[in-house]
Amino acid sequence: MKQVTATMAGTVIQVLVSAGDNVGAGQDVIVMESMKMEVPLQAEAAGTVKEVKVNIGDFVNEGDIVLVLE
Amino acid sequence: MSNQMEDILRERMAQVEKGGDEKYHAKLKEQNKLFVRDRLKLLFDDEFMLEDGLFANFLAGDLPADGVVTAIGKVNGQTVCVMANDSTVKAGSWGSRTVEKIIRIQETAEKMRVPLIYLVDSAGARITDQLEMFPGRRGAGRIFYNQVKLSGKVPQICILFGPSAAGGAYIPAFCDIVIMVEHNASMYLGSPRMAEMVIGQKVTLEELGGARMHCSVSGCGDVLAANEEEAIQSARKYLSYFPANYTEKPPVTVGMAPNPQAKDISTIVPENQNAPFNMYDFIDALVDEDSFFEIKKLFAQELITGIARLDGKPVGIIANQPRVKGGVLFVDSADKAARFINLCDAYHIPLLFLADVPGFMIGTAVERAGIIRHGAKMISAMSEATVPKISLIVRKAYGAGLYAMAGPAFEPDACLALPGAQIAVMGPEAAVNAVYSNKIQAIEDPQERQAFIMEKRKEYQEDIDLYLLASDLIVDGIVPPANLRQELINRYTVYASKRQIFTDRKHPVYPV
Repeated sequence: MKQVTATMAGTVIQVLVSAGDNVGAGQDVIVMESMKMEVPLQAEAAGTVKEVKVNIGDFVNEGDIVLVLE
Repeated sequence: MSNQMEDILRERMAQVEKGGDEKYHAKLKEQNKLFVRDRLKLLFDDEFMLEDGLFANFLAGDLPADGVVTAIGKVNGQTVCVMANDSTVKAGSWGSRTVEKIIRIQETAEKMRVPLIYLVDSAGARITDQLEMFPGRRGAGRIFYNQVKLSGKVPQICILFGPSAAGGAYIPAFCDIVIMVEHNASMYLGSPRMAEMVIGQKVTLEELGGARMHCSVSGCGDVLAANEEEAIQSARKYLSYFPANYTEKPPVTVGMAPNPQAKDISTIVPENQNAPFNMYDFIDALVDEDSFFEIKKLFAQELITGIARLDGKPVGIIANQPRVKGGVLFVDSADKAARFINLCDAYHIPLLFLADVPGFMIGTAVERAGIIRHGAKMISAMSEATVPKISLIVRKAYGAGLYAMAGPAFEPDACLALPGAQIAVMGPEAAVNAVYSNKIQAIEDPQERQAFIMEKRKEYQEDIDLYLLASDLIVDGIVPPANLRQELINRYTVYASKRQIFTDRKHPVYPV
């Protein structure tokens, strides 16, 4: 099981995939906003989205799991 | 001299040069490792090699060269000194003559004023020999003392092929750069076995002190190599940017045009201040093709550090990477920058700051990690650097980010900006919010509120207009993207005669 974690503290502003979607390695899956910057989060490896753990507007800390792949 | 004596000598030399027992050579092969003398062949330009202490500990019989080869050879035509552990001899462990040989090659490098390369693959001290090699004046401690003394005098490079344990782990720590071979290199104070015995932690060697961990998490490693050949080629390339010692200037090569496939600079940087872009594209479009040697690529990726060439002349690049963590400065990125700036300044490599920085990170996590202290390290190293330094505001420099990226107050030789760049305490959104927060809250009608915010943002934008900053001589020039490379080449050519003594004192009190 692979996970995508928040690279820094911030707010989720876009969720680009949903459960069941196939994603490629390096693909942007979530966009956060932090320090007024858009911060895209990528899937490190290819897989199928098992669960999106955040909603738009959620605050996340660095290291929080935002998405689970299988 | 009789032929017989010469025959004996040749036979003995050949014997020692074979290193340890056959079974240990077989083990090397299993681990995808090369024999120490084969590593040296790859490292040096040609056959030329002077070796001292070949017969160290000869009479012991089973300790050829006492487990270390110390030699002088040529890399890119430059004389270099080398210390190379032989892991086929008692796992490359250190006895008293091993230590003495290492100390002597350090002394040679210092006297000759030439780079020193450490090819490390050692299990550490021979505990049975500790009295002879550990505590004394010319014991192992002396190796580290010498490294500290040599730092900034001659380049010190470490390639880690295998373990570097306990005390031995400090050899890489005192080098200017550490190149690690993935899966084989490791660095740790206490082994996994010790960790389990002493603190009850179960952990693999790779997790505890593996090459990838050190190159991406701890920052103890600078370059992660896939195999030994790649590691050695990396060291050769790295050395091509450096002078033999601090009294000389870096070597200049024939200039090359940038990668013809590189994107057009003006199309790389988005107008929207908040959108990410890839700073590697920008560097690629700016520097001589294939000349970028990146240091700490996997560590603190929100900041890029590496040496490249502009028209053949080395330049150290410190660039924010908006694609990662918004290009915000963190504890590790500040630390990475401080170290890199210090390295370039020691060997007269000019600096180029490519700023696109929203500032230093805020919040509990970084405050607890001491972001102020680490940021101070970066600002201190950048202030003290007396090599030619140019600060280029690629898109924005907000808050202390401007200071850390060699802003105008830090005596860059020039602070330049691309059209559209913004310099401010903070971005318009944050600033309007900070100044008018109460007023904004007091406006009840949402449309009216939004209109007020937009109006104030527009006013703020006008206050920080780039031409206003140029008009007030805050930036020294606004450069059309198409002219940028030539402008930088011209400026570094002119600044080459720069000579500056930062200040008069014993040494600073480092904010470490």
